[in-house]
Amino acid sequence: MLQVCSITKSFKGQTVFSNLDLTVGQGRFHVMIGPSGCGKSTLFDGLTGVFPLDEGRLLWKGEPFADLRHHAAYMQQKDLLLPWFSLLNNALLPAKTSGQDMKAANDRACRLFERLGLKGYESHYANQVSGGMRQRCALVRTLMFNRDLILLDEPLSALDTITRRSLQSLLLLLQTEFKKTILMITHDIEEALFLADEIYLLSARPMSVSSHYVLDLPKPRNSHDPVLTAIKANMLEKLEGDLNHEPG
Amino acid sequence: MNRVNLPAAILVALILGIWEAAVRLLAVPVFILPPPSNIVWVALVQAPRIFPHAVVTFAEILMGVGFAVITAIPLAIVMFAKPSLEKAFSPFLVASQAIPVFALAPLLVVWLGYGMASKVFMAWIIIFFPICVSLLEGFKSCDPEFRMLFRLMGASFFKTLTLLYWPWALPRFFAGLKVGVGVAGIGAVIGEWVGAQKGLGFFMIQSNARLQVDLVFAAILWLTAMGLLLWWLTGVLEKNIVRWK
Ligand SMILES: Nc1ncnc2c1ncn2[C@@H]1O[C@H](COP(=O)(O)OP(=O)(O)OP(=O)(O)O)[C@@H](O)[C@H]1O
Ligand SMILES: [Mg+2]
Repeated sequence: MLQVCSITKSFKGQTVFSNLDLTVGQGRFHVMIGPSGCGKSTLFDGLTGVFPLDEGRLLWKGEPFADLRHHAAYMQQKDLLLPWFSLLNNALLPAKTSGQDMKAANDRACRLFERLGLKGYESHYANQVSGGMRQRCALVRTLMFNRDLILLDEPLSALDTITRRSLQSLLLLLQTEFKKTILMITHDIEEALFLADEIYLLSARPMSVSSHYVLDLPKPRNSHDPVLTAIKANMLEKLEGDLNHEPG
Repeated sequence: MNRVNLPAAILVALILGIWEAAVRLLAVPVFILPPPSNIVWVALVQAPRIFPHAVVTFAEILMGVGFAVITAIPLAIVMFAKPSLEKAFSPFLVASQAIPVFALAPLLVVWLGYGMASKVFMAWIIIFFPICVSLLEGFKSCDPEFRMLFRLMGASFFKTLTLLYWPWALPRFFAGLKVGVGVAGIGAVIGEWVGAQKGLGFFMIQSNARLQVDLVFAAILWLTAMGLLLWWLTGVLEKNIVRWK
């Protein structure tokens, strides 16, 4: 569905990634893992047109296009909730700005609030709730974009293990039930193994795909599955190898 | 806001105390410099005489502020939306600040007459600029990450303005408005000095000519009180609108 062909981005001579290739298959769950600061957020920013890419091209269903702005919903690492709106109104922003039917949007947002354990907090303001709740609210807002492709930058990083588990199941539901295509960044290997159809292991400076795993295993998965443990061991080995080669 | 600013209160008390003591000890005549206690007394006792003038000046200030707000908001929005227009307008805005308002006052009275119009216009000239500029700065200070969020949502300029830029700029707008209501009185009073039949400025000139210096001071006290009242009201309005701060 989306093809990323040898894209390059540098800031003031500092190359973040060069000649990076990615293929995003329709309806699949892609997870990116890489060391902190390797450029994962920068990649998503570049794809969605937050800033222009230096080189390379993007193909959407075979057609070249500038950026994903009109095709994808992007949940950034920061929650970016507006302090003057309640959580519900923050979640309704995409509906308000794109002229969706507000009644239907409101119902949908309320259902999502219920699903994500935000029920009862609709009229709270962002500074009155915890970081995890803000993140869940940002996730609802992202789902309210009504787009087929969803880019998630560490969507669950501010959550405790239990909430995280239940939201991971919800993310799976996005794929299986709502037929969304997902591109997600995480630091959590277990999470990647639990969710992903494909894992891109990234290395730093400049960022490149050091390994690409395709996990065609049924979900929900058992973390003791020998295939998964083998992949996990392999990933850890690669990540540690990367760290040791890190210059200065 | 509700707590008394103790150091300021002490300082004011100290200054007034020294003034009071000096005037009484040196036996300064009332028509040169009355003691503060006398000024407060006169301001209260003469309230029936001063009040009608204060109402006129207060109305001029309010209208000046009102016109400044309703003209500054659209201009700030237009300049924000179109940087080329900002470039075109900003020299005029700066120039409007460079003009000594005192010099304009006699002309305005000639053009707009001895009534309230010339005073409202004076107040408007003085405060239009701080309100417009602070609002524009407020729009511009909007975090690029939030702008990007709205771009990703495909929001129109108008939607982004009402949902993002406007609330974002409100604290700055109120900062400008507070400066504005503080200095608006200057414009109104200068206008009244030059030519008027009513208002605190007119009352001051009249009293001064009759060597009723205590009345002049009483009028100044009233002006100060009005300025503080407006400043306080603006703060209350801000608190009720900018709740998220
Ligand atoms: N606007 C910018 N100007 C200059 N350098 C930037 C800019 N944005 C990012 N960088 C640089 O790009 C590199 C990658 O940053 P990025 O935020 O993409 O990392 P990340 O992989 O998302 O890290 P983390 O996992 O900690 O979120 C960093 O070294 C950063 O200094
Ligand atoms: Mg990041």
